[in-house]
Amino acid sequence: MKNLRSTLSILALLSVLPVAARADSPGAGGDRDATMATGAETYKHVCQACHMANGKGGVGAAVIPALAGNPKLASPIYPATVVLNGYGAMPWFNGVLTPQQIADVVNYVRTHFGNSYKDTITVDTVKAMAGPAPHPMH
Amino acid sequence: MSGTTRRQILTSIGLMGGAAALYQAMTVLGHAAESRFTGPPNLQTHRKGQTVLVLGAGLAGMLAAYELRKAGYSVRILEYQARTGGRNWTLRGGDRVAEMGGAVQDVKFAAGNYINPGPWRVPYHHRALLHYCRAFGVSLEPFIQLNYNALVHSSDTFGGKPQRYRDVAADFTGNVAELLAKSIDSHTLDKELTQEDRARVREAMRGWGVLDGDMRYTSTLHLGSRRGWDQRPGGGPDGAPVPVSTSSLLDRHDLFAPPVWQALSYFMNYEMQTTMFQPVGGVDMIGKGFAAQVSDLFTMNARVTRIAQDDHGVSVSWTHTETGATAVEKADWCVCTIPLSILSQIDVQVSPAMRAAIGAVPYTSHIKMGLEFKRRFWEEDEGIYGGISFTSQEISQISYPSYGFHKPGPAVLLGAYTKNMAGLDIAGMTPAERIELGLKQGEVFHSQYRKEFSNGVAVAWSRMPGSLGCCAMWSEESRKQHYRNLTTMDGRVVLAGEHASYLGCWQEGALLSSLDAITQLNKRAQAN
Repeated sequence: MKNLRSTLSILALLSVLPVAARADSPGAGGDRDATMATGAETYKHVCQACHMANGKGGVGAAVIPALAGNPKLASPIYPATVVLNGYGAMPWFNGVLTPQQIADVVNYVRTHFGNSYKDTITVDTVKAMAGPAPHPMH
Repeated sequence: MSGTTRRQILTSIGLMGGAAALYQAMTVLGHAAESRFTGPPNLQTHRKGQTVLVLGAGLAGMLAAYELRKAGYSVRILEYQARTGGRNWTLRGGDRVAEMGGAVQDVKFAAGNYINPGPWRVPYHHRALLHYCRAFGVSLEPFIQLNYNALVHSSDTFGGKPQRYRDVAADFTGNVAELLAKSIDSHTLDKELTQEDRARVREAMRGWGVLDGDMRYTSTLHLGSRRGWDQRPGGGPDGAPVPVSTSSLLDRHDLFAPPVWQALSYFMNYEMQTTMFQPVGGVDMIGKGFAAQVSDLFTMNARVTRIAQDDHGVSVSWTHTETGATAVEKADWCVCTIPLSILSQIDVQVSPAMRAAIGAVPYTSHIKMGLEFKRRFWEEDEGIYGGISFTSQEISQISYPSYGFHKPGPAVLLGAYTKNMAGLDIAGMTPAERIELGLKQGEVFHSQYRKEFSNGVAVAWSRMPGSLGCCAMWSEESRKQHYRNLTTMDGRVVLAGEHASYLGCWQEGALLSSLDAITQLNKRAQAN
């Protein structure tokens, strides 16, 4: 069953992420499967791309918000909402990451980078928050 | 589940993915139309000297400035970066890539070598871009898309051994032809086809698939002329060719795995069909061509902090990125080409609907790697001249240079072009880790990789300070809810860029958007 579940998550990924329709694109192959078992792994393979390994984000023409010492993390609902639906330049991960991965990574971020929140978000809460996943196109 | 193998699951996914992808392809084909460009705009203004402030010196901004000035407007351009061109960008030896988070890469390519981290190719039907290339004297050369001698690799297929595109294409076609011929011969298609058409299709399959006299896809001298030879045709008494043996034809089960048909159908996509071009010497020759036309209009290093408007005009606040000095520019009109990834964090005085649209479009995290090798081993050792090799690994593809064939000394190839989750994963690495990944995965194709590697650069678009991403990512839902609001002029402000088009992630989209924006602006200026 484990095999089937991870396979289904790959299938969900394929069906949700942008496809080579009209955009210049590297094609259909060459993606990473979403087998990330812990919050730390999900952070490293997904979030770190923008929020950086130290959670401090960055500054350019606009800002990549820091997760270290960010008061918006006081409730897990806010980061879970942002991860599900995206925010500004940040894409949505609803239907891309599993509810478990989203719960794990929110809990990870709220207990690392100098954050030490005691409460956690459950996978059921994330599931309840997730609406239908968007259908990508360019 | 116990009786089901992983392969069977993957096969069923392939079938499901196949149907979905086929539907997608058909939808796209149904909508496929050539670029709407029919010629440069003929903007007639009876109110010369009205002022326009253009935000952003990418292609959309520079085109707007060029055409509006030509029509009689007085134009200025503010640009955040220290260079013009925006995502139209080429890296050469001596260039430096500084990303958010602090990583810095110095490009060490030899003279004459380059990589295009952003746009890199121009389809023959991107008429607006081709028009301005011609008008501004930008030389084009062929960009080699399809190379039958390049490779197709998947970890799960053919034992993980890369196969020549030629071989998978021939064997895929041959197997499909044989199966269809068998269906006809077993009367499965009697209801679908008249007797005459059954004969026609059967004969077509024989020729198209290179089937033998018994309608089998098998080794023949005739097949050698498509599939290649165990011993190539030569001269002299022993010159007769020996075709590949039937046993070396590829396994049918693996042939129908997704990575194979995906590589084959890649070039069927309307935007990917040949003829494809690239500018001679780097894609930034296009940006430079535009910049030369409007070179007196730029203010560089200007970070826009606020865009305000009222009945009389617009005022744009900006901060100099080096000195910290602030200023306010006023104009009658504003063409804003700032990527939405940035604009969503700027105080913009527009309607709530446009404001919502600006905040509703996230950006992709593409990666491109330029790897320089000491020699062109792909040409010298393997006869690969340009084109693309595909892999299911994160790097996704290798693209060999379409210029400088047979040139001795170092050459640069595109060592990775990624998307989606792979793009995010690689962006999260240090530049050295990215290059290491590129070498490790590229080695699957070419054992010469480690020995011949010289240096490389890996651009992670999600960390680029001027755009925080590569391309706007629309969904069906956001297009429906926000696209019209984003692209309809709001008071004195109109938006433009690839994000404001249905040709996202292409330079043509940026130009078509810009032409539409300035047409709206001119119309409103005349009515005012």
